[in-house]
Amino acid sequence: MSKSESSSTSREAMTAADVRRAIVRIAHEIVERNHGVDGLAIVGLQRGGTWIAEEIAAQINNIEKEVKVPVGALDVSLHRDDIGMRPVSLGAISNIPFDLSGATVVVVDDVLYTGRTVRAAMEGLNNYGRPRAVQLAVLVDRGHRELPIRPDFVGKNLPTHRADEVSATRDGVFVTPNPQAKP
Amino acid sequence: MKHLRSIDELGLDGLTGLLQLTDHMAEINQRPVPKVPALRGRTVASLFFEDSTRTRLSFETAAKRLSADTMTFNVSTSSVNKGESLRDTVATITDMGVDAFVVRHKSVGIPWQISQWTSASIINAGDGAHQHPTQALVDCYTIREATHAQNFSGMKIAIVGDIKHSRVARSNIQAFTLLGASVVLVAPPTLLPPDVSHWPVSVSHKLDEIIDKVDVLYMLRLQSERMAQGHVPTLREYSEQYGLTHKRVLALKSDAIVMHPGPMNRGVEMQIDPSDVKNSLIHRQVANGVSVRMAVLFELLGSGSSLGGQA
Repeated sequence: MSKSESSSTSREAMTAADVRRAIVRIAHEIVERNHGVDGLAIVGLQRGGTWIAEEIAAQINNIEKEVKVPVGALDVSLHRDDIGMRPVSLGAISNIPFDLSGATVVVVDDVLYTGRTVRAAMEGLNNYGRPRAVQLAVLVDRGHRELPIRPDFVGKNLPTHRADEVSATRDGVFVTPNPQAKP
Repeated sequence: MKHLRSIDELGLDGLTGLLQLTDHMAEINQRPVPKVPALRGRTVASLFFEDSTRTRLSFETAAKRLSADTMTFNVSTSSVNKGESLRDTVATITDMGVDAFVVRHKSVGIPWQISQWTSASIINAGDGAHQHPTQALVDCYTIREATHAQNFSGMKIAIVGDIKHSRVARSNIQAFTLLGASVVLVAPPTLLPPDVSHWPVSVSHKLDEIIDKVDVLYMLRLQSERMAQGHVPTLREYSEQYGLTHKRVLALKSDAIVMHPGPMNRGVEMQIDPSDVKNSLIHRQVANGVSVRMAVLFELLGSGSSLGGQA
């Protein structure tokens, strides 16, 4: 998202340093929960989740130096149940150049909200094989779930209003209240 | 975007947007399970009044990979034989609930006519010698894939053969020039339209004069009935002057691309086995046909334009 979100109307919920620390912690938690990195694969959701997936994988490779964790990207737009409400982001193409059968896949996204993106992602992953397990890592959980989905690894729980806009980048996490929304 | 009936209806933004959307579809076709639920509950009817192998099959495959239902209308076993008019046929199928018609007809303008009779989207799969926009999209995508060029400026493309009767040529001339290529038509005067002075192309009557200068050599099919109609003296003479021979392959630039929309007439315009040509993209054209038509179907039926056009 654009830098204008960090203007006076928006609230900084995490600084760039907070984001970096959260990613390092999540990487450690993933390794700890899975007792190592055997059979582990990281898949970031296009577009917001891909850079976080890359950074988590880099951190994991730093912790467990013997193995390199495969990283992929998944575009869920054609698996959504609300197709048409969000356009396909042209150029943000899936890229999973490894077999997911039997793997423990950590799905990574920036902001967890209704859970519909994650539902679409779980369906999309099955096109690439049958993972042994799927886990979910998000930088921000902003609540308002509409489906029975919960994250396994969370950078920050961030209570928000439904109408708020949340942006999560390397520069930090910002909440912009929607001026049109009723209080 | 509601209909896809011609390339000029699409425009440059629509064209490049669909090519980018095709990248997403091509990735789906690489997956172990190449199927997404994007068009679940939508119905696509193919209405082919002329023969077709690759266009019809690739549209049906594309619809199925997006989870749409398909209906195939077979003229030879339909009530058209009982005298049902085109309008009544379209109305009947519309009443069953379809979201898109894929139409091929020997008469120019039928897709525009049909779109006045139904609320469904219309995709032109060939109308007479007028337009075949999805073939042009396939060809642009195939060139883009082979050259990694986002636009075709500076590219020289020769279209060789029966320009006069070719809807593929007309759609491709529009699409190639829209993307910035310069197009040269190569044909005997009898196989050129009466007046191409207002087309954005140059014309040559001698393949050997331009063959070493082009980046893409696009061969068209010569329909054998053209000889009976007096457009060419003999097939042998045509193939000697305009066919792709071994000698002409050697005259091509080393990185020049050879394309053909199919079906091929081996021994006429293709004097060689296309697999002998190093840079033949003929098989890529067929493979990309499914991905491109998935992009078209998704753009028209995916409720809400993904390319930001009018919904």
